[in-house]
Amino acid sequence: MKGNFIDNLPKVYGIYTGGFLAFIIIMAICEQMGMTAKTIGICFVAFTVAIYAIIGWLSRTAQADAYYVAGRQVPTVFNGMATAADWMSGASFVAMAGGIYFKGYGYMALLVGWTGGYVLVASLLAPYLRKFGCYTVPDFIGTRYGGNLARLLAVIVLTVASFTYVTAQINATGTIASVALDIPFQYAVYVGLVSILLCSMLGGMRGVTWTQVAQYIVLIIAYLLPVFWISNKMGAGFFPHFMLADEVARIGELEQQFGFVANSKENLAVVPKGLAGITKAHSAVNATPWAFISLALAMMMGTASLPHVMMRYFTTPSVKAARKSVGWSLFFIFLLYSSAPMLATLSKLSLIDPSLPTGIIGKSIAEVQAIDWYQNWNQANLMFVSDFNGNGTLELNEFFMGGKAVVLATPEIAGLPYVISGLVAAGGMAAAMSTADGLILAIANALSHDLYYKIIDPKAETAKRLVVARVLLVVIGFAGATIAAMEIQGILGSVIWAFDFAMSGLFFPLVLGVWWKRANREGAIAGMALGLISGAWYLVWVRTGGSGFLGITQLTFGIFGSAVSLVSMVVVSLITSAPNAATQKMVDEVRVPSGRTILGKQ
Amino acid sequence: MSKQAQHWEKTRNLLFVTLAIWFVFSIGIFLFGAEMNEVTGPFGYPWTYWFTCQGSLGIFVILIFWFANRQEKIDEEFGFSERGDD
Repeated sequence: MKGNFIDNLPKVYGIYTGGFLAFIIIMAICEQMGMTAKTIGICFVAFTVAIYAIIGWLSRTAQADAYYVAGRQVPTVFNGMATAADWMSGASFVAMAGGIYFKGYGYMALLVGWTGGYVLVASLLAPYLRKFGCYTVPDFIGTRYGGNLARLLAVIVLTVASFTYVTAQINATGTIASVALDIPFQYAVYVGLVSILLCSMLGGMRGVTWTQVAQYIVLIIAYLLPVFWISNKMGAGFFPHFMLADEVARIGELEQQFGFVANSKENLAVVPKGLAGITKAHSAVNATPWAFISLALAMMMGTASLPHVMMRYFTTPSVKAARKSVGWSLFFIFLLYSSAPMLATLSKLSLIDPSLPTGIIGKSIAEVQAIDWYQNWNQANLMFVSDFNGNGTLELNEFFMGGKAVVLATPEIAGLPYVISGLVAAGGMAAAMSTADGLILAIANALSHDLYYKIIDPKAETAKRLVVARVLLVVIGFAGATIAAMEIQGILGSVIWAFDFAMSGLFFPLVLGVWWKRANREGAIAGMALGLISGAWYLVWVRTGGSGFLGITQLTFGIFGSAVSLVSMVVVSLITSAPNAATQKMVDEVRVPSGRTILGKQ
Repeated sequence: MSKQAQHWEKTRNLLFVTLAIWFVFSIGIFLFGAEMNEVTGPFGYPWTYWFTCQGSLGIFVILIFWFANRQEKIDEEFGFSERGDD
């Protein structure tokens, strides 16, 4: 039966995709027949979440292998889709195009960083960790270096990084659920949490894998369909990725024509919090090489250290499949990432070009304030205009927008039917849920497998271990939701910090564990502890008014943390004794793809 | 040199080549971002802008598949490849 399921995957997900497209068409017909926008939004979110819950229930399991690594039988292409959904968070989906819209080149370092990191994953780590045969990332650290302290430190780094990240994701599910279902954010966060837990609680990694594939399909359709549609509707080109050069150039001309007028402090004080104006060039290089490179580098090394990504490659059937699967993951990520700048371009041009019917710059303020979509998004606190210079006309520096509006509002501005907005809400929900699931599972698995089973109670039976794993899943989910409900940081800030924390503590202990035989327990302990502490110290220092050094900011503090980690790990390893013969032999075996996994069948 | 040592040497060389290409398209070219952006590149976009939206990203995808194939060849050459499924 199970073998059948794996063989039939293309068919199963083919039918699913067809069904989803049919659902979109049915919704479009309902809209024509007079269904309200609100009902459509509710239908989209409820329908997709219900599907994920059903998949989660069908994937329930009582076996450790299935719970922790989906039975190690996920085919490369499907693991690629699952990783892409795991990877692309609510921030990628909702906020990335907005970031590009406002910050241009300096922000696009994230695009390079969040894709380039996969080269490191494929070449330095994933195949070797797959050969190792571990259940979790700390499992590798604990076995390679030996001893409970190393394992425990890895669990701590993993928890710090992933927990920072997961609150942002639960926050995003809450935001979308609150808009789509029209309920207060404080409750919507818990609606989001329950949806997340439905996918992962019964089936663990197996459940998460098959829901993530389903979520990828929803989110990629929800992202690409509007981009293509808007581009065609504006007459910008039927394949935007290859045809927007004129539009990019036109934005450059308009920027020249309008000029970037700086607003006074008093004027900016009336702009609602979180909204920004266009103050940076769209396609020109507006950041120093180091600012760009340091951010890209931090994101790349962070990618290779984030456990929820790495553990996806533990689920492939072989080492060979793990390598290929990284390629597929990046391909599926590329489809969305390469579309984000196109959406930002289309969105910006449609708003600022006076020669387009949707352009608002140069119109009278009263006229803009009378537009339907302006009123909607102004009410949602995502758009704002003000006549600072009192000439009655809207200037570039008098128009403000929230970052999320680029993805959420552009379809409406371009005059697409509401069904597209409902689809986008479902896509954002899928993106945030899939990432939250991966992260919560990574934390809960590390705590249940490494802390509880390996350190506290090594004799525990499988049934008991899985109960502990599930209880932890719920506890961590609720802790994340509670913090998310307090709304302390923006979505993107905390996402970037997670990368920095992960690279500070884990990058070099993982990489050197495979590539440097001489690396030993003492070195790894020093590398993880000092890396994490120094990274965290730098963040606190800069946040509390410290000036920083070498142009390392609060977004790139991982560069400092990982440098400390590398130096301390190498120095401490060299002044202490080399690892024993058994460990050296283990490293040799990890480097060879064939043969049994190091940890064998557990 | 043992079979295993030879295999590892080839693997390591492949890593260096892969990381060199990675370095060029993730870091190297952006040292000259401002200069490169003056020139018109693929599909009419400025070069640097094109690299950040599509070029580098696409090159990474191709690079990983190329790397995976090369590594498989190395594994086969030394008889270390796994049999069967993927």
